[in-house]
Amino acid sequence: MTRRAVVAKTYKLYLGGAFARSESGRSDTATDHAGEHVANVPRGSRKDVRDAVKAARGGAGRWAAATAYNRGQVLYRLAEALESRSEELVRAAVAQQDVAAAAARAEVGAAVDTLVHYAGWTDKLAAVLGGINPVAAPYLSFSAPEATGVVAVLAPDAPDLLGLVREIAPALAAGNAVVAVVSRRWPLRPLDLGEIAGVSDVPAGVLNLLTGRLDELVEPLCGHRDVNAIVDATGRADLAATVDTLAADTVKRVLRPAAGDGIGDGALGRLEALTELKTAWHPIGA
Amino acid sequence: MSRRLISVDRVGIEERAAALGRRSIKHEAKRLGIALATSMIDLTTLEGADTPGKVRHLAAKAVCPDPARPELPSCAAVCVYPALVGVAAEALRGSGVAVASVSTGFPAGQTSLEVKVEETREAVAAGADEIDMVISRDAYLSGDDARVAHEIERVKEACGPAHLKVILETAELPTYAHVRHASQLAIDAGADVIKTSTGKAATGATPGVVLVMLETVRDHAWRTGQLVGVKAAGGVSTTKAALHMLVLVKETLGDEWLTADRFRIGASSLLNDLLMQYAKLDSGHYGRPEDFSKE
Repeated sequence: MTRRAVVAKTYKLYLGGAFARSESGRSDTATDHAGEHVANVPRGSRKDVRDAVKAARGGAGRWAAATAYNRGQVLYRLAEALESRSEELVRAAVAQQDVAAAAARAEVGAAVDTLVHYAGWTDKLAAVLGGINPVAAPYLSFSAPEATGVVAVLAPDAPDLLGLVREIAPALAAGNAVVAVVSRRWPLRPLDLGEIAGVSDVPAGVLNLLTGRLDELVEPLCGHRDVNAIVDATGRADLAATVDTLAADTVKRVLRPAAGDGIGDGALGRLEALTELKTAWHPIGA
Repeated sequence: MSRRLISVDRVGIEERAAALGRRSIKHEAKRLGIALATSMIDLTTLEGADTPGKVRHLAAKAVCPDPARPELPSCAAVCVYPALVGVAAEALRGSGVAVASVSTGFPAGQTSLEVKVEETREAVAAGADEIDMVISRDAYLSGDDARVAHEIERVKEACGPAHLKVILETAELPTYAHVRHASQLAIDAGADVIKTSTGKAATGATPGVVLVMLETVRDHAWRTGQLVGVKAAGGVSTTKAALHMLVLVKETLGDEWLTADRFRIGASSLLNDLLMQYAKLDSGHYGRPEDFSKE
């Protein structure tokens, strides 16, 4: 039997539910811990950022209008799909990042758990954050949380997969569409997550993943007027001032989540930061 | 009644039209291109739900597209249904922006000639400076060029001083050769401007169709010296598409055709995209649609 030729993979961006090459035509190499070339990844450009935000805006309305129960089901389905491919992701981490199998398995497991956790939050959010307000007037006043809109996520370099899932899960659970710039050092498993999302029930445009150099992408993404909030999980102090200035120029919220697993005490804070509270007053009868 | 069509190389036209859309137009050139495209827009609203209030709002926007950027020129015209011509004329008086009215049973054209002529007269009497008529596609498709030409002549007569734009509705013509033939037919019958589409069909001003029409106009001008305008309408909704149209005009007919007298873009959503892209050149940030008023 002849020896098979090795097919090296060229990854694509995940934009609007489809897999696209970078508009710029450029690509970067992804290397393993020893510096060996593993695969090619697209080097996202400012036009890709614009396309991603457009796709996210297109998906945001439908996602926010879906019932909370349905959003929970979709996130749970994403968790299922991630679970079913977890061994592959563990193997990739062991081979590429030279981590112990047990640690890699724990990370992927935590990512699945995070999705399941936030899938459960979707239909409880309104009861926890909203409710009937006690007002001293003949009105029924009530508040309900609504999605903020399009959320830009700057994911940390490590852990590449869990770090990304931890930031996108609350944004999606709260009904937002996400444009995420994934780890520059370890972009392959985040892009695998895009391929998993692509075959789960996540509607087109609701999750968009960009690879590339953060320094090139921060300015068009955080300065884009159609982005409503930024989750900066990079932990990079040198980037903070730039992100904050761009956000202030275009009046958007910046969330810098504390390190941690994102499940439990921290979850509500993350969800709350990515929702807007709408309060309505209704006169009550005499 | 036989018809002799001049054949058009479909692959060649589409390749050339696509090639002319691949130019990189940035910075100062983009700024000028956006201003030029703005000045060529026939800002259009052709909905059953149009009201006088909506038309007044549209007219104000055509006169001053973006109050924050007074350097941008006014649009060329406001295009409405005949019933709203009076409102538009009142709102645009003295502004230099023309009033255009669709006519002749727009968009299908399936009414009698008498009704078409009368509708045109009424629109002109109410203050329309320009009339956008549709050709009878049923007559054209059954090979009756004489009837198509006769209708255009009668409507042109009814227009009086108003300019006549003849809509070919190219989506309903089978080939580029027919686009060319119908263009020449309309020009010979007295059209001041030939226009691609109503905006109500499946496709509109595709680059290939616009290029064929521009070439017909160019050949006619070379042959006779008579200048006829072109209006691209339907589907030109982004800045990129509008700049593509301007490149097609420049490369086919030259700089002197880059004026609102000879080239128009019929559009409703294009203007906001132009404004958004113009604002991006100033601020450096990508914009969002809700920063601009909806018509």
